[in-house]
Amino acid sequence: MGHSVENSTEKQKPQTKELWKVFWILLAITAVEFIIAFQISSDNNFGKWLKITLFILLTFVKSFYIVGNFMHLRQEVKSMIWTIVIPVVFVVWLLAALVYFEGGYIGSVR
Amino acid sequence: MAVAKAPLNPDHLTWQGGTQPMKVGYGKLMMWIFLLSDTFTFSALLISYGLVRFSFPTFKDVIPDMTYKTFELSQQYWPIPEKVFEAVPFLHGISLPLVFVGLMTFILIFSSVTMVLAVEAGHRRDKADVEKWMLWTILGGFTFLGSQAWEWAHFIHGSEEGSILANGAKVFGANLVQNEYGPAAFADFFFFITGFHGTHVLSGVVLNIIIFYNASNGVYEKRGHYEMVEKVGLYWHFVDLVWVFVFTFFYLV
Repeated sequence: MGHSVENSTEKQKPQTKELWKVFWILLAITAVEFIIAFQISSDNNFGKWLKITLFILLTFVKSFYIVGNFMHLRQEVKSMIWTIVIPVVFVVWLLAALVYFEGGYIGSVR
Repeated sequence: MAVAKAPLNPDHLTWQGGTQPMKVGYGKLMMWIFLLSDTFTFSALLISYGLVRFSFPTFKDVIPDMTYKTFELSQQYWPIPEKVFEAVPFLHGISLPLVFVGLMTFILIFSSVTMVLAVEAGHRRDKADVEKWMLWTILGGFTFLGSQAWEWAHFIHGSEEGSILANGAKVFGANLVQNEYGPAAFADFFFFITGFHGTHVLSGVVLNIIIFYNASNGVYEKRGHYEMVEKVGLYWHFVDLVWVFVFTFFYLV
């Protein structure tokens, strides 16, 4: 939580500067994704895979900001952070491994 | 209020056993676990989309001379998203690839920031601010749902030209059996993935309305804390997070 419940009745000042900053970062990354989508040609294999790699990387950057700052996972205790992050890492690992080692199988049975 | 107790362990965050694992309230931890399971569901949907998409031929496999500029929709190969999603409401007949989904992304990110502002207002126990930001979030949610309804209607009705099947018949728009954009699986995945996400948005809006209703009736003020806003906020941010991934894997890649 990173905060304790206050008992005072007087109003605190809003602390929103950081949150709006994250909003602008997310918006800027989305704009960059649009520029990549229309500026890099997919007609050759290099451009196509460069685009896919950049999109996936930027998506993970965005999700770090959303989970860390909007969902406040950064402010939780360490054990809480790992409780969420480790299962996700395992799932990503599983998916990547399945696609890499077994993904070709779907092509041979269709 | 928990003045006598240690400030790190307020009453509402202490579990029945008297301790507080990982320094979070029970409800909040369970919300995280639920979101984790939802992550598995959406990963499964998106990875199946990826596998099925790459098991179909691309247009380059079928017509090597074709480029992304000269691309035409056909049942023979998987479509490229910028040629399918290029319509914007009130701008009929103008090709604006991905502009409308970009707008939808903006709406959802915006409603995410208003949600986190409501959570922040809850930390300060500022009832009026919570109500204000919850209203903005609900408005954003409805705008997104409306945009998606338009997107679906457009996708189902299709273009005026339609596309020609192998047997010479014409097909317009999309259903679960066939569509003018490409293989049947393309439209099926569109309906399932964006539909599943849209259902999450819809339930998120319902939860937000309940929170707004309770907050304005002073339920959380009486309870002494606004942790409910935080829990529903987690869900709402997760819906935004899923959209970030859907946007990448369905519309950009």
